[in-house]
Amino acid sequence: MTVKSARSQGLPVLGRFPLTLRILGYALAVAVGLLYLMPFMIQLVTGFKTDPDAAAHPLGLIPTTPTTAAYQRLFGLSKAGGGVPFLRWLGNSTFIAVVVTAGRVLFDSMAGYALARLRFPGRTVLFGFILAVMAVPGVALLIPRFLVLNALGLFDTYTGMILPLMVDAAGIFIMKQFFESIPREVEEAARVDGAGVFRTFWSIVLPMARPALLTLTILSFQGSWNEFTHFLVATQSSQYETLTTGLARMVSGGLGGGTQYPLKLAAALLSTLPVAALFFCFQRYFVQDANAGAVKE
Amino acid sequence: MPPRVTTRAATGGTSHTADSPGVPDAPGGSGPAAAPPTGPAPRVGRRGEGVWGWLFVSPLVIVLGLFLVLPILMALWVSLLHWDGQSNPFSGETKFVGLDNYRALLTQSGLDRTLFATSLRNNAYYVLLTVPLQTVLALGLALIVNQRMLRGRSALRTAFFFPSVTSSIAVSTIFLFLFQGSGAVNTLLSWLGVKGPNWFNDPRGVLSLLLGGLGIVDPDKPSGALAHHSFMGLSWFEWLSGPSLAMCTIIVLSVWTTSGTFMLIFLAALQNIPRELEESAAIEGVGRFQMFRHVTLPAIRPVLFLVVTLGLIATWQVFDQVYVMSQGAPANTTLTPAYLSYSTAFDDANYGQGAAIAFILLALILTMTALQRLAMRERGTRLGRKR
Repeated sequence: MTVKSARSQGLPVLGRFPLTLRILGYALAVAVGLLYLMPFMIQLVTGFKTDPDAAAHPLGLIPTTPTTAAYQRLFGLSKAGGGVPFLRWLGNSTFIAVVVTAGRVLFDSMAGYALARLRFPGRTVLFGFILAVMAVPGVALLIPRFLVLNALGLFDTYTGMILPLMVDAAGIFIMKQFFESIPREVEEAARVDGAGVFRTFWSIVLPMARPALLTLTILSFQGSWNEFTHFLVATQSSQYETLTTGLARMVSGGLGGGTQYPLKLAAALLSTLPVAALFFCFQRYFVQDANAGAVKE
Repeated sequence: MPPRVTTRAATGGTSHTADSPGVPDAPGGSGPAAAPPTGPAPRVGRRGEGVWGWLFVSPLVIVLGLFLVLPILMALWVSLLHWDGQSNPFSGETKFVGLDNYRALLTQSGLDRTLFATSLRNNAYYVLLTVPLQTVLALGLALIVNQRMLRGRSALRTAFFFPSVTSSIAVSTIFLFLFQGSGAVNTLLSWLGVKGPNWFNDPRGVLSLLLGGLGIVDPDKPSGALAHHSFMGLSWFEWLSGPSLAMCTIIVLSVWTTSGTFMLIFLAALQNIPRELEESAAIEGVGRFQMFRHVTLPAIRPVLFLVVTLGLIATWQVFDQVYVMSQGAPANTTLTPAYLSYSTAFDDANYGQGAAIAFILLALILTMTALQRLAMRERGTRLGRKR
């Protein structure tokens, strides 16, 4: 087999591994794959175990006495051992994620368009500012955010939870890059037809940006669904608990009476499901983001 | 790029003169704003593009200004106060203490400094282990998934990447269960005849365990220079005892969750290596290891740098996992600056001190980011010149 033909078939440059190595390689790949899947498998199975069963057989992949007690408690169907306000958490997380996602998609694309296409005084300075903002780590903002929410009277409100998340620098970056890739002629044509700036943006450019908007929607949803530290410092009452803050309180000791791992793991599993579903449907958009990280730095 | 700038200047110039004389032109130094509109000017100029521009970015400016710039300034002020969260810190009733909060953390001997030094030590070990492990693992995973002949490689890629997209809280919950005293990990270890430790209650440092096992140091009663010298309130022995077993579980968790993201970055780099490069090496008859060492590795060096520095920046921010899994326990061996800043402010109601810790951490991380951007820019210009 010549190198030329290998290329045309998309085959590797070097020949195949010898058979024994190939078998070893497959064994290794499967083993590493299991290492990444097993924790989730164990989580899924343990959710259907009883507390004693989970403690006695932490590795058992088949529950000895299968039960849906954990799920019944989470959905408020059984009052045994005190209810968990899981539905409240779910409601809060969903509400916040939907509002934040809608806000980010709109505001990030507006800002991205302005930075890519519109000429306005101070644009370069603003862009430099956004680059600087991206470098500020979230954990350094815990106390500062609390201070400002407190001063504005937004502490422990939905507004205080949502508003600071409405714009994100990374999303602006994605949109700006996309708008810069659209041929300018399209907008020129619209302008010749007499469309104003907003109309050009809204009915000409934005519809063309569907792939980038989808990426932004997915990433915004994932980000706000998984958000933890901001909600931790922005709220204190249990009525504002989300899946992340509620679960964190429950796991780090807010739950009396035993370890209750089946319950905790079931709650963790349910809180992962929406993002997992998005991930399996739209994996390539997540992949895009990981690589955007490489480009934007 | 240049043609685009001229077009933009031409349009902007037209609209400036024709429609909106009040709006100043061109952002400072961004392009040849003074260039006359040479090309065929569009028949209809854009009305008030400057106004529209600011209108479009106004949500961004308001949100970032109100919830990023303003808070940082406020926290900078609070870090100079002794504030317990009761009064209004901006009314002047709160006691102004100048740099005392910073002094207590860095120079004054006392509990504050000891705790801060402990958190720095813990986080330094966390960084020292997590960054190399996740980088090597991510590269390994990328090499596996990049095998063109491997069946099911996209399924593997999905499996490796999945932990990265899930919530850190949910994943920490799973690991808490796996690493319990009688949990899955210790059951696995017992099959191998090893009695696993009680991970989250074990404050012993792994380095001191190792040295103790070799009989070099007695971990219970350290002596000599190690015990008698100290730095920032911690003895040399405490500095050198290594991450505790509890911290090691957090390290394992972080490596496991982040390796997927970095794998994707490596994978993109591997697939970008020019095929001609590999082919000509293959014609020379190099082996697999040489190919990796002399062709692959040099080709992905910039990406390797990126992954390492991104890792360095991220690992100094570890918070969620500590909050869920250990809250700093046992014996403060999983305390990190981020968590210490949070607990000082919200648990001990010492907001001034907490803010001071946050600013020291911020300075540390911003320095690393600046160095990273500088190095990458330099590399970029060097490459540019070569071409």
